Amino acid sequence: MKSKADTNIMSSEKKVPDVTYVKVSAVKILAFSFISLLWVVPIVITFYNSFKQSGKVSSDIFSLPFGDSFVFFENYGKALTFGNYPFFLSFAYSLFISIVSTALILLCCSMAAWYIVRVGSIFSKAFYGICLFSLAVPFQMVMFTLSSNASRFGLDTPFTIPLVYLGYGTGMAVFMFAGFIKGLPLEIEEAAMIDGCGPIRMFFLVVFPMLRPVTISVGILELMWIWNDYLLPYLVLDLTRYRTIPIHVQYLKGSYGSVDMGASLAVIMMSLVPVMIVYILCQKHIVKGIAAGAVKG
Amino acid sequence: MNTQAMNKNMRKSLQRLFPLFVLPVVLCFTFSFIIPFIQAFYLSFCDFFIPRDAEWVGLSNYRLALLDLSFWHSFVITFFFAIVSILTINIPAYFIAYFLKDKFKCVSLFRTSFFIPNLIGGVVLGYIWSMIFDGLLSFFGTYLTSNAIFGFFGIVILVAWQQIGYMMIIYIAAFNAIPEDMLEAAEIDGATAAQKLFRVITPNMLPSITICTFLTLTNSFKMFDQNLALTGGNPIHTLENGMQLKTTELLALNIYSTYQINRNWHGTAQAKAVIFTLLVGSLALAQTLLTKEKKEAKIKNGETK
Repeated sequence: MKSKADTNIMSSEKKVPDVTYVKVSAVKILAFSFISLLWVVPIVITFYNSFKQSGKVSSDIFSLPFGDSFVFFENYGKALTFGNYPFFLSFAYSLFISIVSTALILLCCSMAAWYIVRVGSIFSKAFYGICLFSLAVPFQMVMFTLSSNASRFGLDTPFTIPLVYLGYGTGMAVFMFAGFIKGLPLEIEEAAMIDGCGPIRMFFLVVFPMLRPVTISVGILELMWIWNDYLLPYLVLDLTRYRTIPIHVQYLKGSYGSVDMGASLAVIMMSLVPVMIVYILCQKHIVKGIAAGAVKG
Repeated sequence: MNTQAMNKNMRKSLQRLFPLFVLPVVLCFTFSFIIPFIQAFYLSFCDFFIPRDAEWVGLSNYRLALLDLSFWHSFVITFFFAIVSILTINIPAYFIAYFLKDKFKCVSLFRTSFFIPNLIGGVVLGYIWSMIFDGLLSFFGTYLTSNAIFGFFGIVILVAWQQIGYMMIIYIAAFNAIPEDMLEAAEIDGATAAQKLFRVITPNMLPSITICTFLTLTNSFKMFDQNLALTGGNPIHTLENGMQLKTTELLALNIYSTYQINRNWHGTAQAKAVIFTLLVGSLALAQTLLTKEKKEAKIKNGETK
């Protein structure tokens, strides 16, 4: 804000720096339009091919759909049910798993993190330490044992997999919540306590509202992770009955050529819609979250 | 850990609510991380099909893992992939961030278009890019998985395309955190734009360059989805002794496919996973130590000056 005011004062007094600023920007804008085109092109190609007749997709992906090869939303209609598993089901399961798991992680981990920070017993210190440790462990280490345990205890359905995600997402969520809670002033909670507020009411009425910024960051992070996650649901879920979108797409890729290409691309485009909605709604928080996370290290 | 503990009464009443506040998380975390981790470590010394029928075999899994040529092959290409990725991601991201750090018309549009690929999952990206690479290479009468070089650089391009936007955001935040007066002083002293960038700005950017380098390094070592979806490790090269080597298979995928061969390989795959964990863990440890040291050095310098 301050620098903006400065440039305004500058430009009203002498015109020269203002003009050069615009000139540089015009060149910049032109150059960056070309470069950023490179970033958009793959998605644009996928987009227009999803409107093309299937046979024409594999023969030449770079030609635009026109005349006979343009089939409107036919591919999208087919996409919902074609192949050996209906896409609309995997879409529904993905949505359910992502939302329920994220909600569960946000609620349970914020409560746990508050307890850990405020109680500060040996147990909570040890638990926090293990959470930090888990952040450095790659999924490949535990994938076989986790998936065989999960199927042994009947956690291989979309309705129970949120518990697995809660467990596996704990490390990150507790770390971020605890970091934020340590910075909160204790006085507010002490005042609430003097006014006769018990721990449960204190958490939901006083603490949880204060956690809003970090709740949003953690929420976006976990939502994106779970929505795009392939390996964990692939290993844990009973694949004959339940598939998420990444699993569905990987099956389509496996049967490349033998499967309707136009409809496959319609599947890809539809899988991007929820992600884009989240991005448009939470753009600022996503950017802030990344920048803040990196500075903290 | 500096805990801000509350007074005794409050702490006691909170501790009574342990089952509500912490127990669900502790149970799930124990089930999905602690138990699988301990089991996995134990099983790396066993011959097993499922965890229940494990038989202790000592270090033979580790011996088999280290004698497995495909594991070494994957390690070497993962190493090269990491080195190449560090450069192909961080250098463009640094300069894009430098040009997009100021606010001007359309800047958020540009930032968004660079960032969007981050939101898309690795499997979906792999699908999109294998279609594009195959489409491009079809002009030359070939395809992506016909050649290991194509496959390797295919993954490099995909990952750069995906992660440049993420690093760009970190760099933009760091550029904007450089104190204005330092830049003004350089300008008054007559520094050119290039001098300003390389002599004033870049030294200030070193902490975030370290962070981004480590981030790309660990991301490269853990790369799985993109590798699986783009090439799946293909093309396969048959060695003289009849052994089949997946040429573009990175470490994480190698562990996964070792497990898939047959039940005799489960123990070896688990031993590979332990070695892999030590590798990734030591990268994380090095990062923490390095960034901590820098922070401490900064504080010390600040005090002495």
